[in-house]
Amino acid sequence: MAKDKTNRVRKFHQAKWDEPVIFELDTKGERGIKVPEAEKEIQEQIGDGVSALPENMRRKDPPALPEISQMRVLKHFLRLSQHCLGADLNIDIGQGTCTMKYSPKINEHLVRMPEASELHPWQDESTVQGALEIIYKTDCFLREISGLDQFTFQPGGGSAAILCMASIVHKYFELKGEPGRDEIITTIFSHPSDAAAAAVKGYKIITLYQNEDGLPELEALKKALSERTAGLFITNPEDTGIFNPKIDEFTKLIHEAGGLCGYDQANANGILGITRAREADFDMCFFNLHKTFSSPHGCGGPGLGALGVKKELRDYLPVPLVEYSGKSYSVNFDLPNTIGKMRGFFGVFPAVLRAYAWIMSLGAEGLKEAARVAVLNNNYVLKKIRELRGASAPYAEGRHRIEQVRYSWQKLKEETGVSTEDVICRMADFGFHLWTSHHPFVVPEPFTIEPTESYSKEELDEYIAGLEKVVEEAYEDPEKVKNAPHNSVVHKIDQSTLDDPEKWAITWRAYLKKSKNW
Amino acid sequence: MEKKNKTIHPYIPNSVPEIQAKMMEYLGIKDIEELYADIPQHLRFKGEMNLADAIPSEYELKRHVEGILSKNLSCNNHISFLGGGCWQHYVPAICDEINQRSEFLTAYAGEPYEDHGRFQVLFEYESLMAELLDMDVVNVPTYDWCQAAGTAIRMAGRITGRREILVSDTVSPERLAAIRNYCQPVMNVILVKHDPKNGVMDLEDLESKSSAETAGVYFENPSFLGFIEHQGDEISRIVHTHDAICVVGVDPVSLGIIRPPSQYGADIVCGDIQGLGVHMFFGGGLGGFIASRDEEKYVMEYPSRLFGITKTAVDGEYGFGDVAYERTSFAEREEGKEFVGTHAALWGITAAVYLSLLGPNGMKELNTTILQKSRYLMKNLSEIEGVRAPYFNSAHFKEFVVDFNGTGKTVQDINASLLSKKIFGGKSLRSEFPELGESALFCVTEIHTKKDLDTATQAIREIVEAVNTQDFREDG
Repeated sequence: MAKDKTNRVRKFHQAKWDEPVIFELDTKGERGIKVPEAEKEIQEQIGDGVSALPENMRRKDPPALPEISQMRVLKHFLRLSQHCLGADLNIDIGQGTCTMKYSPKINEHLVRMPEASELHPWQDESTVQGALEIIYKTDCFLREISGLDQFTFQPGGGSAAILCMASIVHKYFELKGEPGRDEIITTIFSHPSDAAAAAVKGYKIITLYQNEDGLPELEALKKALSERTAGLFITNPEDTGIFNPKIDEFTKLIHEAGGLCGYDQANANGILGITRAREADFDMCFFNLHKTFSSPHGCGGPGLGALGVKKELRDYLPVPLVEYSGKSYSVNFDLPNTIGKMRGFFGVFPAVLRAYAWIMSLGAEGLKEAARVAVLNNNYVLKKIRELRGASAPYAEGRHRIEQVRYSWQKLKEETGVSTEDVICRMADFGFHLWTSHHPFVVPEPFTIEPTESYSKEELDEYIAGLEKVVEEAYEDPEKVKNAPHNSVVHKIDQSTLDDPEKWAITWRAYLKKSKNW
Repeated sequence: MEKKNKTIHPYIPNSVPEIQAKMMEYLGIKDIEELYADIPQHLRFKGEMNLADAIPSEYELKRHVEGILSKNLSCNNHISFLGGGCWQHYVPAICDEINQRSEFLTAYAGEPYEDHGRFQVLFEYESLMAELLDMDVVNVPTYDWCQAAGTAIRMAGRITGRREILVSDTVSPERLAAIRNYCQPVMNVILVKHDPKNGVMDLEDLESKSSAETAGVYFENPSFLGFIEHQGDEISRIVHTHDAICVVGVDPVSLGIIRPPSQYGADIVCGDIQGLGVHMFFGGGLGGFIASRDEEKYVMEYPSRLFGITKTAVDGEYGFGDVAYERTSFAEREEGKEFVGTHAALWGITAAVYLSLLGPNGMKELNTTILQKSRYLMKNLSEIEGVRAPYFNSAHFKEFVVDFNGTGKTVQDINASLLSKKIFGGKSLRSEFPELGESALFCVTEIHTKKDLDTATQAIREIVEAVNTQDFREDG
């Protein structure tokens, strides 16, 4: 390959098809697919079917969808796919907090089996024993991994799992007769949804900020506690990759104040088999199956936030739960204190199936090895980045991190004018993906890297070489970095049209009406 | 030095001891355990996770999982009439071809630069849905219809500054449960009655419950029970006189022929895209959409990502990016609108492919076929003594309630007999709509052949008649 052995970057160029928007492919009369027609006898007996509709409910003008032949539709979307990198193609360690690990292909084959893909959720229990078995056994695995007692697979993602925790907390205090508990405490390095999804349930949010070690202070927590405290929603390790060693003191204080503790383990990749929600005395926790448990991210879902609780909270879970009698699997809708439903049916079954297969492939030792290697990879990259000019890893100086690190390009910015945003754009030129971080930018010019267990040492070195290359350019030729990307699909986009109500166009039809204002 | 019994896992390249040794040497550590120094011993899990024995070989893993899945009976080799929020439609081959592409399947939250394709394809999804819905704004998909309805209602609450939402009592019970949870404690859900004969909304009840406290009304069309609500214009007129918002849940599949809610006064429209090219996946194929007019007061209340089209530094080049990102919880945490995260983007991509393939004519033909086939089954079932379909005296699209009350048989028993004939009968409505007695919700789509429908009719006839004979004997 073109990349030389000194680990310099590839001579990459992203595909660039200059592909039109789908509506521009419209050719009147073309067809992408034929759908079945009703058989002749049906047509003879029933007529056109349409005249049975009330006149005022018939659509006057057909939807203005494009008319395109089949192969052109295929080609269009294949080309768009080539304008996208995906973890299967790049060394996807630059999307910290998201655990961009390998999603095994065999699991894709399994979810595409008709016995998984062609199941209706309301089939009789006796006809879906296999699906219920997968759900039940994955639940049991997650109980072992967390130390908690019962899981639900209803939440469609991590944020939905947080909403589910908030809903349980709300119901719990409603039934306990303590409706005055209207505050949820979180930390600034916990996911934004720990604050946002809790606020949807009407909670006032108290956010604890970090000390010089990057951790929230016990004293700050004590000050935040009152008879209004409903609970704590917290990540650990936080998005900095720093583990809060006093986490059990946090949960103890919350419990003493009468609140419940929810553990955001969306990303638990560094601590599988090492430490659990149980040891830190959390009442609830959730795992994103599309992160730690390998279900692919799908450009942003479908995912799954598997939520577990201690047995005392089991009756608050959304319905249904899957149970096992020793002989057969069944569905239980009868939970006395249930919060009801988070989403339709049983949750994202393919994500559960993939998580099951991933856990089965690795076993307990393999899970631990995945965690240990994820941590090894992270600390390897951490040391490499600390050696990079212009980069730093704020907080916890000299200490190791768990599965990820929030870094800063502040020095690079000060010395060269090149920002994180610029580095991101230039990294794209070498086939790499880098992400800033969740807002607010407490760490200035942030970027977050999470190597996971999926990438080899050589790949980690290649990614570092990419960063080195961009840093080198930043100091030698900053304009080159600021004007990037150069080898990607597109060039710097005009953000102003996206924020102006007179100009923004969220659909093609809006674009046709509004682009004259651009 | 290689430790004995050390497993080198194919998913974990750096499980190779020599590589680990090199990395540890670079870090100046002797054991990976040292990297966990921050986790105190008392928080360590000292036991072993009691998981099943690992199956590291891919072939054996495949056999193992296939063995479990083979205990399922699928709609692939049974005739299924189950619907009600998850539907069996034909999935064009190209839909799966595209959503299995590594580039889409394994991307996540990239930037408009290296993931330009993701932004364009989801912009196209929004745009194609916008044509179907005849509205100018559509979000990047949320989890499912439950979430879409919950958010649409909360948007109505924020836009009006009011706390009451009037909800038709014929909406999906699952959805109603999710809406109730999502609204509490910020909004109150008040149910509006339906006409027991034709199912449609009782407008007098709607009038009487509408007030200056009303944020809006929410109903579904076609309804969960399958009938078409033909009073959309009147319903929206009533709520609009109270300066409230009309929110309608719709099955997008129906909009090839049926009038879209925006054309009878809906301000926010929501629903599910599973029917647009996504397999059922035991309910895992759901994806929710929300749509509205392109007005700032609406757009700024969406919690979802909204991908827009823009210019780039190069003349004539399309760029894509987030519209009004500052409204989201990613930007503003608890000050943002509700929350955003990982939802159902891959199904949005799939629906874009589906709508591009079908086009206006495909959607129209699909709708025609469904209307004809569902009416055919209703007609044939009604010819069986004691069976009546549809239960409600209204037009229907693909779903309808079959009334078995006249057969003296329970839906549970009928379905058990049907199962032995490789047919999944309609969902029993016994617990959720007890007033309908022994009734079942049937769903007929383009995938049902005449032969399937005739087979099912004959099977039901036999079951019902056999039972009636037996009852007669017992009575005698």
